[in-house]
Amino acid sequence: MNLEELKQIAASTRDEQAKFDHEINICMGTGCLSQHSDTIKDALTKAVAASGKNAFVRRTGCMGLCAAGPLLLLTNKGSEHEIVYDHVGPEHAEKIAAALGGAPVAELQCDLREHFESQVHVVLENSGHIDPEKIEDYIARDGYEGLVTAVTEMTPSEVIEQIMKSGLRGRGGGGYPTGLKWSTVAKAVGDPKYVVCNGDEGDPGAFMDRSVLESDPQRVLEGMALAAYAVGASRGFIYVRAEYPLAVSRLTAAIRDARRKGLLGNNICNSDFSFDVEIRLGAGAFVCGEETALIASIEGRRGTPKPRPPYPAVSGIWGKPTLINNVETFANVPPILRKGGEWFSGIGIGKSKGTKVFAITGKIANTGLVEVPMGIPLRQIIEGIGGGVPDGHTFKAVQTGGPSGGCIPAHLLDLNVSYESLIEVGSMMGSGGMIVMDDTSCMVNVAKFFIEFCMTESCGKCIPCRAGTAQLYTLLTRICEGEGTMDDLDLLVDLSATIKETSLCGLGQTAPNPVLSTLRYFRNEYIEHIEHKHCSAGVCAMSKAVEVTA
Amino acid sequence: MSKHTLATVWLDGCSGCHMSFLDMDERLVELAEHFDLIYSPLVDLKTYPEHVDFALVEGAISSTDDEAKIKKIRAHTGVLIAMGDCAITGNVPAMRNPYSAKEVTDRAYFENASAQQQLPTIYVPTLLKTVRPIQEFVKVDYYLPGCPPAADTFHAFLTGLIEGKPVDVSALTRFGA
Amino acid sequence: MSPAPAVDIKTLTIDGKEVSARAGQTILEVARENSIAIPTLCHLDGLSDVGACRLCMVEIAGTPKLFPACVATVEEGQVVTTSSDRLKKHRRTILELLFAERNHVCSVCVANGHCELQTLGQEQGLTHIRLPYRNPKLEIDGSHERFTLDQNRCILCTRCVRVCAEVEGAHIWDVMGRGIDSMVITDLHQPWGESACTRCGKCVQVCPTGALFDKSKVGSPHPKYPEFLPALQMMREQQ
Repeated sequence: MNLEELKQIAASTRDEQAKFDHEINICMGTGCLSQHSDTIKDALTKAVAASGKNAFVRRTGCMGLCAAGPLLLLTNKGSEHEIVYDHVGPEHAEKIAAALGGAPVAELQCDLREHFESQVHVVLENSGHIDPEKIEDYIARDGYEGLVTAVTEMTPSEVIEQIMKSGLRGRGGGGYPTGLKWSTVAKAVGDPKYVVCNGDEGDPGAFMDRSVLESDPQRVLEGMALAAYAVGASRGFIYVRAEYPLAVSRLTAAIRDARRKGLLGNNICNSDFSFDVEIRLGAGAFVCGEETALIASIEGRRGTPKPRPPYPAVSGIWGKPTLINNVETFANVPPILRKGGEWFSGIGIGKSKGTKVFAITGKIANTGLVEVPMGIPLRQIIEGIGGGVPDGHTFKAVQTGGPSGGCIPAHLLDLNVSYESLIEVGSMMGSGGMIVMDDTSCMVNVAKFFIEFCMTESCGKCIPCRAGTAQLYTLLTRICEGEGTMDDLDLLVDLSATIKETSLCGLGQTAPNPVLSTLRYFRNEYIEHIEHKHCSAGVCAMSKAVEVTA
Repeated sequence: MSKHTLATVWLDGCSGCHMSFLDMDERLVELAEHFDLIYSPLVDLKTYPEHVDFALVEGAISSTDDEAKIKKIRAHTGVLIAMGDCAITGNVPAMRNPYSAKEVTDRAYFENASAQQQLPTIYVPTLLKTVRPIQEFVKVDYYLPGCPPAADTFHAFLTGLIEGKPVDVSALTRFGA
Repeated sequence: MSPAPAVDIKTLTIDGKEVSARAGQTILEVARENSIAIPTLCHLDGLSDVGACRLCMVEIAGTPKLFPACVATVEEGQVVTTSSDRLKKHRRTILELLFAERNHVCSVCVANGHCELQTLGQEQGLTHIRLPYRNPKLEIDGSHERFTLDQNRCILCTRCVRVCAEVEGAHIWDVMGRGIDSMVITDLHQPWGESACTRCGKCVQVCPTGALFDKSKVGSPHPKYPEFLPALQMMREQQ
């Protein structure tokens, strides 16, 4: 494969697609599939054939607006305009087919212009537009151009330079500069070197990585291959949760196709560069998203973290230099190589460049996946793109950064989202989960929920995380049951400090964040539970309080 | 010089701490110049006095009766000292905690009783779900761990109290000492 | 004459004392060589380090982060503090967490007076536990003819796991479950007496508490002698 051959594939695929007057893309990500979008595709294929219209029906990945699924995206030849239909069912197939070429079906048309138009798609540029199991679809949208150009025309250090220039930072949570990590691995001594894609997405309410893997798997493979070329690695692993069967099957297909096209395997583009990828399934342990635990799991051992240093960049899988990046990080790489690091650094704010994919869930109208430029005001994500809190309730807080992030109250909604700004308010970027809470959420109960998650997911190796999270949970339960004391609040703060500062890995070091941030912004709710035995959100049962007054 | 009033209290414990206290032997006479023991299993007074300067409390909180007592003691005491491991950690009485109170009473009054298998209900306070140390119920000013704390520990500690110079308890004793 | 092999020497300060060390040594090693005490629980001379108990955390000037002295290696010019109010507070809290986690009843424990947890508690000035006791219901495995495993007293330091795998080479011990439910087990959670145990007793000697004990020692003092490990290691290296 060389650049010319690649462009030929792209051109012929585009020609093939241009034969049709209409393109009908149907979301077949996990969300819409759970509402049987596969039957809609079958029905539409039949209806289109019966109608005699020259239309092409395609299975695609996620379109983002999961709350309104099943979704359908319609394009007409010669028009840039995209029509989105929501809540589609197989019964609408004939109507949709009949309307092709004419006015869209009004009752199905999704009118959430703000939702779609305020987003900037880099990672999700192909999601909803390509068939995830067709490598040609990816190539037709300039896929693998970055890899082939890099391998045939660039040196590894030039690739790293582009990543450095882009200002890309790890999207898995830490926000470590990606270019710096790559150059560390490139400089590390050891052979072979490994590239690992961390797809062990485990935060409650987060599904960014799953969606990317389901919708555009080739993109992640290309990102990994570019990384491998840059750091001198020959083997790669994608560590995915076994709970993501669709992502796994699409990845498997993608790896097979990429090998067939010579984009993975030996002597890629007739160069000395060889790289192949294996899938490793996680067994459902949250802590395996921590890189040293992930390495242990890939090696076949119990997934528990190890003290760093040595960092995986120096001593990772089987003691060899290992580059570990998150799915979304790798997904950002191909366009950077294609369009240049400077293009990427033009998006975003301060030290946070590019875009970020967020999974918005909870008490929000437009549950789903969004991709926004860094620096966008949180309010725009929640109220604009997210459509605000439904059913006449009022917004109370949004939890970012997963279970170990923190909640951000209403008065901070004008915050511009970046790695730094989120840390300043006591939360963090994390991998991109956003859980919205309204006046029916009790913040003490929310803290308890997240601590319970961390407690059950603690690996048990170090004492502060193992026993500390369990103690936090006991104290919070006591408060939720109306048996807490004001001394318990001091104990919570004290204990949180020890867990944060002494835990072995990121899980423990960040586990107390929900407690600390709710104590910071919603201390009054804690006091209400303790002194008045009352939960104004009506969530906590307060069994003790009932007994006392009876 | 006016003497300090002193109380010693026996909750759920084996009275070993009291025995160890008495093991101070002739030093008790010397301490008696500074303390008036006004309430104790060793004296006759049945109700807790209106005010006590210092109270040494032995034993954990196991029953509703213990709970009521410790709250009353706290309210009428200047300085409350947890005496021995039962008061501080729950110790041996707390070994029942992994089991339910019913399992414990069934074992005592039914399974292991050869005659008159019945649960005493009159004058016997209800057991709490778990046995807990006194600091989980009231504020404790000093802790004297040990099972029991040695007579020397008592002496050093009480001497420190008289002199207004609290001693470093850890240097003297530990859990299980 | 051939020149002596070059030794990379680092100089650093620990608790205000200037010390020198070989590159690659841990802060803990160097501190102990210089009679500076750092409390540890999971560390044991002669076994690999896992950095799990977090008691040996120390401060290094220039960063707010804390470092486990058992695995953090020395650096030139480092300024290390092994004891500060912050560290003492954390150490006490960690010990409190351990005491409250399972059922540690010193007064009736076979290791009373010879227990590292008990001693550390006293050294760190722990006179009471502020946290609620968890009171879990745990197993006691008395199936082995010579030894007993009492989960109530286990602090999951994994010294038994490491000594069995690294020194005895039998690897019958491991950890099951996760988080607060973690448990040391023999074989694949088979009774100890039915496991592939070689009956060497090393695990009992390295156990810092009364979790693993010799049945013949019940009712009498049960000191343990983990000092055999470095000696054994030395003998093996000489072979």
